[in-house]
Amino acid sequence: MGDFSDAIVLMFRLLGSGDQELLGIIALSLQISFSATVLAAVIGLPLGAAVAVFRFPGRGFISATLNAFMGLPPVVVGLLVYLGLSRAGPLGELGLLFTPQAMIVTQTILVLPIIAALTRQTIADLDGDCREQLMALNTPPRQMIFTLLWEGRFSVLTAILAGFGRAIAEVGAVLIVGGNIREVTRVMTTTIALETSKGNLALAMALGLVLLLITLLLNLLVTSLRNAAARQYA
Amino acid sequence: MLIRLLTLGALALALSVSLPARGEDFIVVASTTSTENSGLFGHLLPIFEAQAGFDVRVIAVGTGAALQYGRRCDADVVLVHAPVAEEEFVAAGYGVERHPLMHNDFVIVGPAADPAGIGGLDTAAKALTRLSETEAPFVSRGDDSGTHKKELSLWESSETNLADATGRWYREAGAGMGPTLNIARGMDAYTLTDRGTWLSFGNRGDMKILLEGDPALFNPYGVIRVNAERCPNVKTDMAQAFIDWLLSDAGQQQIANFRLAGQPLFTPHRQP
Repeated sequence: MGDFSDAIVLMFRLLGSGDQELLGIIALSLQISFSATVLAAVIGLPLGAAVAVFRFPGRGFISATLNAFMGLPPVVVGLLVYLGLSRAGPLGELGLLFTPQAMIVTQTILVLPIIAALTRQTIADLDGDCREQLMALNTPPRQMIFTLLWEGRFSVLTAILAGFGRAIAEVGAVLIVGGNIREVTRVMTTTIALETSKGNLALAMALGLVLLLITLLLNLLVTSLRNAAARQYA
Repeated sequence: MLIRLLTLGALALALSVSLPARGEDFIVVASTTSTENSGLFGHLLPIFEAQAGFDVRVIAVGTGAALQYGRRCDADVVLVHAPVAEEEFVAAGYGVERHPLMHNDFVIVGPAADPAGIGGLDTAAKALTRLSETEAPFVSRGDDSGTHKKELSLWESSETNLADATGRWYREAGAGMGPTLNIARGMDAYTLTDRGTWLSFGNRGDMKILLEGDPALFNPYGVIRVNAERCPNVKTDMAQAFIDWLLSDAGQQQIANFRLAGQPLFTPHRQP
C-alpha cells in the first residue's frame, strides 16, 4: 500500500509545485492529442455518416474495415509511420520524424477509425423517418450528412471523446515516431514509461494519476457543455 | 448552433497551437538508455547548448536500434557502447570514424541472499557458469543492445548452452535496462547491467552488486558522426562541433564531473 500512498502524495506535490517541465509535458500532450482528434473528426464524421447513409458497392467492406481498424495496434501504426517518415523512407524529405507533427499524424490514424465507425453506427441507428424525409425532399448529399450528424450530435460527441481518450492514453506509437526527446516530443505517456524504466515507480504512478485527472476534468467539462446544450434545445 | 461554434472553435485552436518550430538549429543524437536515464545528457547538454547555439536532441534506445537509426539516416551522431558493432558500422561506410569517448563497467546484480553463491567469485565467466549449474533465474535484455551483446559474449566464454536454458531459467525480456531490472527484481533473478544505469535506478529493493571488477566487464562508449556521403541530410558541421566538444578537455572534464549521489558514473577516455 505504501507505493500508492507515496504516489498520491507525490501527485499533489507535483501539481502544487507548478514545475515548468511537467506543465510543458502536459501542454504538449493535450496539444498533440487535441489536434489529432480534431483532424480525425473532420475526416471521420462525414466519412462515417456517408457510409451509413449512401448505398454504394463495397459499403459493407468499408464498414467492416472501419470496425476492424478500431483495434489497430499502436506499435504497428507507429512503425508504419516511422518507416514512411524515416530519411530512408518515401517521405523522408519532409524531415518530420521525431517531431510533434509526426505524433499528430500517428494519433490521427489511430483515432480516425474509432470516430468514423462509431459515427457510422450512430447515424445508422437514427430514426429512419428523418432520413426518408430528407431523401424525399431531394436534399443535396452534403446537407443531408450535416443534418444527420446534427441529429445524432450527442452520440457523435461521445465518439469524439472516445477518440481523444485513445489518443491521449497511447504510448507505443508516439514513442517510435516521436523519440521521447526531452522538451520536444516528450508527452505524459512517454514520461510515465521513462520513469518506470528508471525504477522511479512512485513518480511514474503519480504522473499516471495526473494524466487520469486531466482526462477526467476534460470529460466533465464536455459533459456539462453537452447538458447545457441539451437543455437549450429541449 | 452551439455545437457548430464549438467545432469551429476547436478547429481554430487545433490549427493555431504553437508546436515547437521545426527549425534547422538542432542535431539528432541516437544514443543508449544508459547515457540518458543516468542523467549524463541532462548534465552535458545544457553546458554544450549554451555555447554552441543549437540544440542536441537525444533519442535514447538500445545500441542496436541506435546504429539502425544511423543506417537509415535518421540521426546525425550515434553515441553507443558496442565497439565491435561500431567498427562494423564505420567499416560499412555508415559512420565516418569511431572516437573512444568514455567508459565505465558492467556488473552482475542479483538478490542480496545470492542463492547461487556467485558473490565470492573473481570472473564473470565463473559466475555465469555457476548460474547455469544451479539454474538460477537470469533475465537477459534480449534486445540487441550493447549490454545484450556483452552478455552474450560472456555466456560464450562460460560455455553455457543458452538455447537449452531459454524459457526455463534464462529469460529474455526484450526490453531496455530499466524494465529488465524491474523484471529481475520481481523474479528474484540475476542480470547484467551497466554501472551507470544501476546507480541511477530507483527500484533496487534488496538487489545488490554481486560481481564486479573483472576486466572482461569493461564497458567502453564510442561516438560516431554519421557519414554525409551516404546521408546527405546529416548536419555535418554541427555534428562535428558536438563530437569535438565531447572529446575536448572541457567535454572530458564535464564527463568526469558528472556525479550521481556523489559517485562518478563515467570515466572520460582521456584524463583532462
